[in-house]
Amino acid sequence: MPFTRPRTRPPGPRPGGAAATGGSPAGTRAPARTGLTWRQRLSWLDVRLSPYLYISPFFLVFLLIGIFPLAYTAYVSFFDWSLIGGQGEYVGLQNYRDVLGNPYFWKSVVNTLSIFVLSSGPQIVIALVVAALLTTYLRVPTFWRMSVLLPFVVAPAATAIIFGNVFGDRYGLINQGLDLIGLGPIQWHVDRLASHLAIASMVNWRWTGYNALILLAAMQAVPRDLYEAAEIDGAGKVRQFWSLTLPMIRPTLLFVIVTSTIGGLQIFAEPRLFDNTPAHNGGSDRQFSTVTMLVYDYGWRLRELGLASATSWLLFLMIVAFAILNFVLVRRAGRHL
Amino acid sequence: MQHRNSRALALSAALALSLGTLAACGSDDGGSSSGDGGSGTTEPVTISVATFNEFGLEGPIEAWNAEHDDIKIEQKKVGTWDEAKENLYTKLAAGSGLSDVEAIEGDGMPAILAESDAFVDLASDDVEGRWLDWKQAAGTDADGRLIGYGTDIGPEGICYRADLFEKAGLPSDRDEVAGLLGTWDDYFATGQQFAAKMPKTAWYDSSGGVAQAMLNQVANPFEGDDNTINVENPELENVWATVTGNVDLSTRLPQWSDDWTAAFQNNGFATMACPGWMLGVVEGNASGVKGWDFANVFPGGGGNWGGSFLVVPAQTEHPEEAQQVAAYLTSPESQLMAYADKGTFPSQVDALDDDALTQDVRPFFNDAPVGEILAERAAAITVQPYKGPKYSDILQAFQAAILRVDDGSNTPEQSWKTFLSDVDQLS
Repeated sequence: MPFTRPRTRPPGPRPGGAAATGGSPAGTRAPARTGLTWRQRLSWLDVRLSPYLYISPFFLVFLLIGIFPLAYTAYVSFFDWSLIGGQGEYVGLQNYRDVLGNPYFWKSVVNTLSIFVLSSGPQIVIALVVAALLTTYLRVPTFWRMSVLLPFVVAPAATAIIFGNVFGDRYGLINQGLDLIGLGPIQWHVDRLASHLAIASMVNWRWTGYNALILLAAMQAVPRDLYEAAEIDGAGKVRQFWSLTLPMIRPTLLFVIVTSTIGGLQIFAEPRLFDNTPAHNGGSDRQFSTVTMLVYDYGWRLRELGLASATSWLLFLMIVAFAILNFVLVRRAGRHL
Repeated sequence: MQHRNSRALALSAALALSLGTLAACGSDDGGSSSGDGGSGTTEPVTISVATFNEFGLEGPIEAWNAEHDDIKIEQKKVGTWDEAKENLYTKLAAGSGLSDVEAIEGDGMPAILAESDAFVDLASDDVEGRWLDWKQAAGTDADGRLIGYGTDIGPEGICYRADLFEKAGLPSDRDEVAGLLGTWDDYFATGQQFAAKMPKTAWYDSSGGVAQAMLNQVANPFEGDDNTINVENPELENVWATVTGNVDLSTRLPQWSDDWTAAFQNNGFATMACPGWMLGVVEGNASGVKGWDFANVFPGGGGNWGGSFLVVPAQTEHPEEAQQVAAYLTSPESQLMAYADKGTFPSQVDALDDDALTQDVRPFFNDAPVGEILAERAAAITVQPYKGPKYSDILQAFQAAILRVDDGSNTPEQSWKTFLSDVDQLS
């Protein structure tokens, strides 16, 4: 888990300061070093630099495949840039103006947020419930835990084929079922909200189990004696969950919320594979076009990389804003728990 | 000091070793590629051929692989041209990753010709005069370089369900049906008759298919001869008004969607515009369904829908072998095999009067003399629509516009407005 637990951190000065790692106080270091042999100095360097050297591969790779594309995308977004023809004229912020002035962009933003809310919300709530159930004493716990993860192993394309049959407008499973009990069909690919629900259910099916397992791991790490103490104090299971489990797994919950926010806002494969129209850009009237699909549409169907890059950057800023919002909200909620 | 030295030694040894491995990798690469390009006696060259939908090339490829040891052909298939097109442009931009031979849909060819630098000039004495003139012209760029070898053409007839016609009290014999559907007005009027008797079955498979068929009879559907985009012309507005005015006769489904495919098995519709290559699609989707027939008629005269090309991207490592393979796959013999398998009608002059074509009868289509009918349908083609570089993109926007009316998400007026703004973005 990348987050430390704020409540278990020992009081006092933060670890990692000079006193903890260097071995010698800062004031005595300079005169002492002059008296060292070069082997001793090497060993000193070893202690000081090696940790950074050991973690550097990650940052070098991150620089290469994370920061560089990000910066290059920003560069491309200021140019008229064709997929085939390459770099064109410098156009300043014109690409951003074009994207922001395009009704499809705003439609895609609303669709993305709607699908995000419909997926991430229920997903985390259900994952919490499932994880809570899985922490209770079950027979063959590994079997239950693996079953929950099974949908995650299935490739999105396969999921899309299954859900395509379930959510078919004319001959789909649900609509034929509705027909049997005398209800009219739902236009899953036409009605905007219905299409969002269909896509969200695809996402939830895939990710709920994954999130449940992560939350389960966090729940297992909560010291058992706390529960014993709570029980002695007369707290029921529900009270234990709200007052003990939730606050204790807060950092993990934050992690799950942040990753599912990022994933939700970048949603692409599910809506694209759900799409039946020849252009595959999110329904005949872009009922379920998402921002990432718009990026793809600009870049690979219209072959305008400049517009695609500008849209990517707008999406990036959107995600950053949401991540900060999440962080603040979870922090604040944590204080009241 | 002893200790330190041995450490340094180990370090430099390790370094030397890793450099050696790298160098070995490098020389290895060089060795194999020079082997490919040079004598060619050791490893066979594999030429990949990327196709979409059904090209019927399995037979010719198998025959080639059985005979040749130096060059092997490997086919890569995807579902639709739209998918193939995205893959094509992505890898064109990347500069690598394309197959040695790529199939291009006829409507997408003008855009490819606009990027003809990225493809190999395939002109050669061996293929001189192989194709129908207009087909060859559609594969030639502005500088006269032959970029695409034609595979098939798409002369259109009408596929229909004789059993459903009978139920609706319509004549079901293929000659009588041909007499019934000579003009678009006849076609829609007969459809109304059919719909009155058979309210649960649509008259045709998709509005998009009918629109495409009508567009194929318009000289300048989207662009003037100088490539200026003009979508507010009376011919296109007529197609738009006719198609959106008759959506009740359609399944209202997007062509190639899951529901559209399922409709073949569910008595979803009674007729459809059928270019030669569509016969294989119908036979596949409607497998097990009885009653399909093929009439020697097309509303409003003849029309050509689609028909594809094979091109060789300049990024290939084996341009000569790829050209050889493309020439083989588009030879009259190969295309006759493809025709026998999937109904793709040959674009090669020598194939057109071959008995294998003219005597061809299809049991699935109630023993219709499909070869003879398609040949007559090909002769009836009078108009070749002008297709500029943006044709394929505008067509996609037009199809989406029709779909919006089909599925009820827009009124025709709203949808047309959106179409105009979509086209604005293309230019």
